[in-house]
Amino acid sequence: MYEFAYHRPGSVAEAAKLAGDHTDGKLLAGGQTLLPTMKQRLAGPSDIIDLSRLDDLRGISVKDGVVTIKALTRHAAVATSAEVKAAIPALAELAGMIGDPAVRNKGTIGGSVANNDPAADYPSACLALGATITTNKRAIKADDFFQGMFETALEEGEIITSISFPVPEKANYQKFRNPASRYALVGVFVAKTAGHVRVAVTGAGASGVFRVRDFEAALEANFAPAALDGKSVSASGLNSDIHADAEYRAHLITVMAKRAVAAAG
Amino acid sequence: MTAVSMTVNGQHVSAEIDPRTLLVQFLREELRMTGTHVGCDTSQCGCCVVHVNGDAVKSCTTLALTCDGASVTTIEGLAKGDELHPMQAAFRENHGLQCGFCTPGMIMTAVELVSRKGTNLDEHTIREELEGNLCRCTGYHNIVKAIAAGAQAMGTAAE
Repeated sequence: MYEFAYHRPGSVAEAAKLAGDHTDGKLLAGGQTLLPTMKQRLAGPSDIIDLSRLDDLRGISVKDGVVTIKALTRHAAVATSAEVKAAIPALAELAGMIGDPAVRNKGTIGGSVANNDPAADYPSACLALGATITTNKRAIKADDFFQGMFETALEEGEIITSISFPVPEKANYQKFRNPASRYALVGVFVAKTAGHVRVAVTGAGASGVFRVRDFEAALEANFAPAALDGKSVSASGLNSDIHADAEYRAHLITVMAKRAVAAAG
Repeated sequence: MTAVSMTVNGQHVSAEIDPRTLLVQFLREELRMTGTHVGCDTSQCGCCVVHVNGDAVKSCTTLALTCDGASVTTIEGLAKGDELHPMQAAFRENHGLQCGFCTPGMIMTAVELVSRKGTNLDEHTIREELEGNLCRCTGYHNIVKAIAAGAQAMGTAAE
């Protein structure tokens, strides 16, 4: 690991000031991606701004048909939350599929969303459920937030404080895991609201999470797996690597989308 | 150098450390408690699992400074004197190890699992919960048996 200066702010305002003052620094939430990246010297931030003391950024609430999860809430807390399980069971199930139990005890929803790893799980839930990402400065629609591989709408000194998910009629997440890393080779989140269906795909796109409008239109006409018969996503623009080539990922998208629709009921 | 203090296995410890120090380095190199192992050093193998405020975490993927003020339990903190913790005893009785390198992490994961899911654990649950702990010797079979037996014994011990 390269050297860094360590800061442990006691408030979001202090953290934002530090992040603004040290633009080559990094915010440390659960650290389950950032620390391995630093250990491999793929990242060398000048400053680490450790958010672990910002206890007011932890917690889950459900009000007026919206589940709001504060940014430093750990995956384990989302996976086991009775409120999330009751309101959006697919979201709790997704959280329980991230990494392994020890990783879920540290990793946070805000960290995952801010990082926007192209194979991370949460971005698909944000996009399919039409979530709003709230920061210390503004509220950003998920459709505007994810801007490409590891790219988001976040500006310097901007910190995610919470993420709000409107409760859908039905939703399901199906993940085809890389058996070693547990990241999604392909993950498909399907959400049905009154009159609308959104389908978001993670793990597959070379530019990160994306929506499949063609699938959405077909499912809005008929919310059943058969509605996707004969439909597919083009392999161009999908990732190809030693784990799966683009054609295989394209095939998996349809398969996982059908499974998600079937499981959503 | 930055000051850090925490409670490790009930003992208050403090030191001046480089901010880069990982929790596992602090435990092994600063405190000379070498029961916690470094296997892969990439948060996959689970040899380094310890409890921080009761939660099982990978100490190779945790900064020691983040644990300032925390209560940490390592494999050295489980036994009561010469009496093994029920989970440790179950690993011995069920031959839940061969080379033993992964065992500290397996046991720390298993003890936290019992705290979350109780003392009656089926094989499916145990195998799923061991997702983050790799063993290259046993094929897991006796580890799973040991955890089921250890969980039962923890229930009996608590009565």
